[in-house]
Amino acid sequence: MATQIPIPQAPTTAILDETLEPAGPGLWLEVLHGWVTTVDHKRLGLMYIGYALLFLVIAGFEALMMRVQLAIPNNTFVSPQTFNRLFTMHGTTMVFFVGMPILFGFGNYLIPLMIGARDMAFPRLNAFSFWISAFGGLLLYFSFLGGDGLYGAGTAPDVGWFAYAPLTAKAFSPGHSTDYWTLSILLSGIGSVGVALNIVATTICMRCPGMKLTRMPLLVWLYFVDACMVLVVVSPLTAAQIMLMLDRYLGSHFFDTQAGGSAVLWMHFFWIFGHPEVYVLVLPAFAFANEIIPVFSRKAIFGYPAMVAATVAIGFISLSVWAHHMFTVGLGAGANTFFTLATMIIAVPTGIKIFNWLATLWGGKIHFTAAMMFAVGFLFQFLIAGLTGIMLSAAPFDWQLGNSYFVVAHFHYVLVGAILFMIFSAFYYWYPKMTGRMLNETLGKWHFWIFLIGFHLTFDFMHIPGLMGMPRRVYTYEADRGWAIWNMIVSSGAIFQAIGTLLFVYNLVWSYFKGPVAGPDPWDAWTLEWATSSPPAVYNFAVVPSVQSRRPLWDLKHPEDPDSNYEM
Amino acid sequence: MFLRETGILAVAQISDHFHSATSIFTPAATPSHSIYTLSQLVLSITLGIFLVVAGLLLLALIRYRHRPADPKATQEPAQIYGSNQIELSWTVIPILIVVMLFLATARVLYSTEHASKPPTALDVTIIGHQFWWEYHYPASGVVTANELHIPVSDPRQPQPTYLTMTSADTDHSFWVPRLAGKKDLIPNKVNVMWIDPEAAGLYLGQCAQYCGVEHAKMLIRVYAQSPADFAAWLAHQQEPAVQDPAAAEGRAVFEKNACVSCHTIAGTVATGRFGPDLTHLASRDTIASGSVLNTPANIRSFVDNPAHFKPGALMPAMHLNDHDLDAVTQYLTTLK
Repeated sequence: MATQIPIPQAPTTAILDETLEPAGPGLWLEVLHGWVTTVDHKRLGLMYIGYALLFLVIAGFEALMMRVQLAIPNNTFVSPQTFNRLFTMHGTTMVFFVGMPILFGFGNYLIPLMIGARDMAFPRLNAFSFWISAFGGLLLYFSFLGGDGLYGAGTAPDVGWFAYAPLTAKAFSPGHSTDYWTLSILLSGIGSVGVALNIVATTICMRCPGMKLTRMPLLVWLYFVDACMVLVVVSPLTAAQIMLMLDRYLGSHFFDTQAGGSAVLWMHFFWIFGHPEVYVLVLPAFAFANEIIPVFSRKAIFGYPAMVAATVAIGFISLSVWAHHMFTVGLGAGANTFFTLATMIIAVPTGIKIFNWLATLWGGKIHFTAAMMFAVGFLFQFLIAGLTGIMLSAAPFDWQLGNSYFVVAHFHYVLVGAILFMIFSAFYYWYPKMTGRMLNETLGKWHFWIFLIGFHLTFDFMHIPGLMGMPRRVYTYEADRGWAIWNMIVSSGAIFQAIGTLLFVYNLVWSYFKGPVAGPDPWDAWTLEWATSSPPAVYNFAVVPSVQSRRPLWDLKHPEDPDSNYEM
Repeated sequence: MFLRETGILAVAQISDHFHSATSIFTPAATPSHSIYTLSQLVLSITLGIFLVVAGLLLLALIRYRHRPADPKATQEPAQIYGSNQIELSWTVIPILIVVMLFLATARVLYSTEHASKPPTALDVTIIGHQFWWEYHYPASGVVTANELHIPVSDPRQPQPTYLTMTSADTDHSFWVPRLAGKKDLIPNKVNVMWIDPEAAGLYLGQCAQYCGVEHAKMLIRVYAQSPADFAAWLAHQQEPAVQDPAAAEGRAVFEKNACVSCHTIAGTVATGRFGPDLTHLASRDTIASGSVLNTPANIRSFVDNPAHFKPGALMPAMHLNDHDLDAVTQYLTTLK
């Protein structure tokens, strides 16, 4: 354990800033103007989160409609066409207009605060990125009105969220629904690249004095790797969308199989984005866990360098696993073997993370706050999601499991069981910082237990019809296959999840007005965002802090035993 | 006593729910068997990992929970920053597990994808359509749809069926879980898979790649028959369509209408290729790609408007009057 050389000109590790913002709200028009024209990373972060929550409710409602339709065999609650639109919109919305913006929102809010900066590196780019992404989301939903142009209303995209060619070709997708899908994703991609650039630049250039890369909070490290991945993987997606537009309007034949194009080419383009995208979504969840688990275990994160290394490893390896989505395409034994190996290897750095979280808990004093309960749920559920992922990585096993409900259960275990649980956890943890008020803990625990029950009813039992041969994306199914009882259980769980989510939304609103005042540091935490008022002033810190370790507030609270003496 | 009986009944009912004609855990051919064996290995290893890691997690959560009654409750626990030895151990052990799993997987992968094709193998070409399956038997010239007939393969004298697959429109995927894993049918691409059912019987499956509106009703029925039964079936399918004079009126309706642009009935003017070959329609158990039983009433409804069973099917409603509908239905039911 190397000892750090103290920085002589920085006697204090951080400065608690209790400066209050000028009181008194203006006219609502002024307030609105303030939000629309803002370039403040905190306000933009909150707007990202708000817009993601709105889409979360919409896309969640779409999922509910699908579960009603599938609760019993041969149901006619929605038409086949409507069902196909529902799963397309649900998937597209959840990935591009819930997952990405909510994570960018937290990143935007937290990164400058955690590295002691006053804003992101490019505040105007930040605002541009937000508005262009938001416009993309609106465009996607405008397709309900404009998808079929003058021929009639009511045609949202129905090509699935991975929009395999040639379903998207003019011959199979007339009208404009696919165009709205393409354009909305193009725009959201531009926004994502903007945010990613901003995060990379902020992380590299804006750290406060003393915050070396090796002292950066793990959250910032993970967002940094995440942003680098976004820069790499959004490009092929954008390229593919442009090629698709060329096919549809300028007569090119990249994916137009009827003119000799290649359906497999689209799959490669899409999944070289699509698989790393899963890691783009999950790394911020890991990032939250890296901050929340130590604070509520009252211990420093175990194996900081290993956590950073594992994250970088995941970043690189995730770029070479995409064709495990294509094991049934007929790429040949050689390619299938390679992608089996690459996919299995990614379990190693992912496992390292789980073990380090376990070691962080070990020997701690674990406080089961609502935030921590969601984080614990995340640990178990991510473990299971990883293990079903290993099953799917074995190519021959995937020939059976791929495109079945088993896969749907697997990736919802990642997206809901891991990512959404960690997002809820992050809300309970950082809401006090963002609003100045605590979320109600009792409601939070009700939210946790109800959502947990719903989650397990839905996604545990969803594996079973997959093992029994039920393919995904079917609007109904045969009664004699033995799938009915399982689908009924799955659908009933969805109701619990909906109730849990409503409770959470109620808590967000109620606590904003009635929650106990949080103060700057309600969790007795260690990173810089807790060194300023809640909510922080526009300028974040009255005096730019300077740090000597990874946990500046620990040093402040324990001057006799600072972290800098021990860090590896 | 009553409780016990209901208990037994409940268990029996629950275990009933695990039975399925399409379960991947009741393999009936070599490819599905080798996947099943691999799956047992993968499942036991992952279960082992789960029990160890989840057990440790649970132990940590219980043992190290904050106890407000503890006199040292307000004191911070010892801060431990990491250990290179421990990191190394939980890196190396998973790598060893991964290598083992990978080698087991690669063996199954190569034994299935690079299996040598015996000269006795039967070739069938499958063409995927929105939303039905077209089957060609190149050696005998037979063309049929949706219900695939193949011979049982005796392990002592293997006669596997090799399926050469492509698509006429969008992507599809051929999945009969008890026989083999799925393989995609992709336009402009030719894929091959093989199956060798060990026992006669009906094996069910369905399209496993989203292909459009009626993806859910693109069902597969594979009839594995003894070599003698299969030969008889094949010989019958090679014959031209039955010409029943009693159904002449229905045939005339069929030939006067647009039916002939999309369907083939061998020996008549109907030579269309967009829809299923109807030469021996009445010899099939189901219509509409396995959606409904092949009964005169169902045929009549389907011809009247396919949306009765498959809204979004590409066949249009035929707008025939009741008389013509009856006649055509009667004609189609004679096509044994």
